[in-house]
Amino acid sequence: MTTAARSEKTGSVSRWTFGRVMAYLFMYLLAALCAIPLVWLVRTAFIPEAFALDLFGLHWPTLNNFARVWNAAPWGAYYLNTLLIVLGVLASQFVTITLAGYAFARLDFHLKNTLFVLFLTQIMIAADVLILPNYKTISSFGLSNTLLGAMLPFFASAMGTFLMRQTIKTIPYELEEAAKIDGSSLMGTLVRIYLPLLVPTFIAHGLIAASYQWNNFLWPLIVINSVAKRPLTVGLAIFAQSYETGAQWSDVCSATFLVVAPLMLLFLVFQKRFIESFAYSGIK
Amino acid sequence: MTDLRLKTDSAKKWRTTYLAWGLLLPSVAFLSVFTLYPIGYSAYMSLFKNNMSTFATGPQYIGLKNYVDLFTRDAVFSKAFTNNLIIAAVTVPLSIALAVAMAIFANRVKAGKGAVRVSFFYPTLLPMVAVANIWLFIYTPMYGLLGSFNPNWRFLDNVNTVLQAMIVMLVWKQAGYVMIFYIAGLQNINQELYEAARIDGANAGQMFRRITWPLLRPTTIYVTIITLTNAYKMVDHLYIMTKGGPDNASNMLLFYVYQKAFDQSNTGVASAVTVILIAILLIATSVHFFTQDRRTFYA
Repeated sequence: MTTAARSEKTGSVSRWTFGRVMAYLFMYLLAALCAIPLVWLVRTAFIPEAFALDLFGLHWPTLNNFARVWNAAPWGAYYLNTLLIVLGVLASQFVTITLAGYAFARLDFHLKNTLFVLFLTQIMIAADVLILPNYKTISSFGLSNTLLGAMLPFFASAMGTFLMRQTIKTIPYELEEAAKIDGSSLMGTLVRIYLPLLVPTFIAHGLIAASYQWNNFLWPLIVINSVAKRPLTVGLAIFAQSYETGAQWSDVCSATFLVVAPLMLLFLVFQKRFIESFAYSGIK
Repeated sequence: MTDLRLKTDSAKKWRTTYLAWGLLLPSVAFLSVFTLYPIGYSAYMSLFKNNMSTFATGPQYIGLKNYVDLFTRDAVFSKAFTNNLIIAAVTVPLSIALAVAMAIFANRVKAGKGAVRVSFFYPTLLPMVAVANIWLFIYTPMYGLLGSFNPNWRFLDNVNTVLQAMIVMLVWKQAGYVMIFYIAGLQNINQELYEAARIDGANAGQMFRRITWPLLRPTTIYVTIITLTNAYKMVDHLYIMTKGGPDNASNMLLFYVYQKAFDQSNTGVASAVTVILIAILLIATSVHFFTQDRRTFYA
């Protein structure tokens, strides 16, 4: 009996045919190609400006580009604004999706299906498409050029609600009943019984929502007019626009690195969590 | 007796209803103001001439003229509309094909498994404006990563190549995201099916066609919707890379809304394009939500 035949039986190892080897090589090459844009971004951000256009040489890394870029725009304020938007949206969504998710998971009520469709609508029609009417609304509220205006359209999340509903359905109802018998109010039950069990769902949804807000661009570009209130993405776009094409690659790459680094680092550390959360979002 | 029981049941359901509505109130309030109302408001505003010329007189009711003009005499709109169709028609199958290959590879590979997944997935987490900066560098003639190979490669300046250049970037950006749904899908396939096929002498290609691909169908339907709607949503890069140019060769509907509404202050036309975009997204997604067997996704 040949090894190939034996491995066929166990099923754990497949034969290394020529086609298989070529497929593996091709996919490794593809993975390397996909990584190139990030590798080049990091490299250009860290090598001296004089060598920025020397695409393949080796050079000692430096932080000079960052020192120059940091002083050229109020990045500290940009970071703070992005953080405030992310935290504000997350805080509000955690409340709204928990309450709505509980209602959809546990209660039988009138207009349930109609309201469910209203939530579906938010998933079907992305907020980006509604920038014009929503800008009019935010303006009429007197909230244009405020961080609250940049956050407000995202305070409810249909995706988060469905995620919550799905998780709450898997929690045994007996837990809630036991708490009720002990005289716990609905809010008490939600906080004491459900919240601890919902932590993984909060993390999953939190990672997705935080990534979305960290990277959001078109809406804050429209709502925010003053330099001091810009989030990172808008700051980066305006910063990059101030250079002519082809010039100052060191500066643009360093600035881009500043914007993407926090999320990239989080991803590298919590790789599995990120990928699982994003996969989870697909199974509503 | 039965009547009384029904009455208390009904009263009880109404009590639950009030509680449920109370719990839903915050979400419903925000959804109504920022999702439902803007749909109606766009439809309403699209019936008016409302631009710089009507600034003094106020918006002027013109019925469906904005729509008629868009489809009959607005060259930029037809360009953006066609570009969006091309982008959807190319990026959807291309992203899915790549994603399936990535998923199968990421599932099986032993050496460098983590690095491979990171490399495929990280573009998902980059903001489009950062992606735009990086790819502008890649495409820059003479000095860029690709441009340095051949001084005649001017992908973004050429009306014939700019859309292709954008498509490569968009596929790179989203294929890794699509991959994770296929990884999840692959893990749900019973391995015994492959054992049985192997004993019957099936080769890798046959196993993919007869087992893997058919069983990934629910995933494929789901990611088709995601990539299809993405094709209409991803426009941030245009702000940095081309502003829709050269000669609107890379323009897209949502970016055209932005240009009309916020560069040219033409609210009437921008609203009409918004309504058209809403209709496209509703048609694309409702095919999924209302005709597909819901158990596939909500089980």
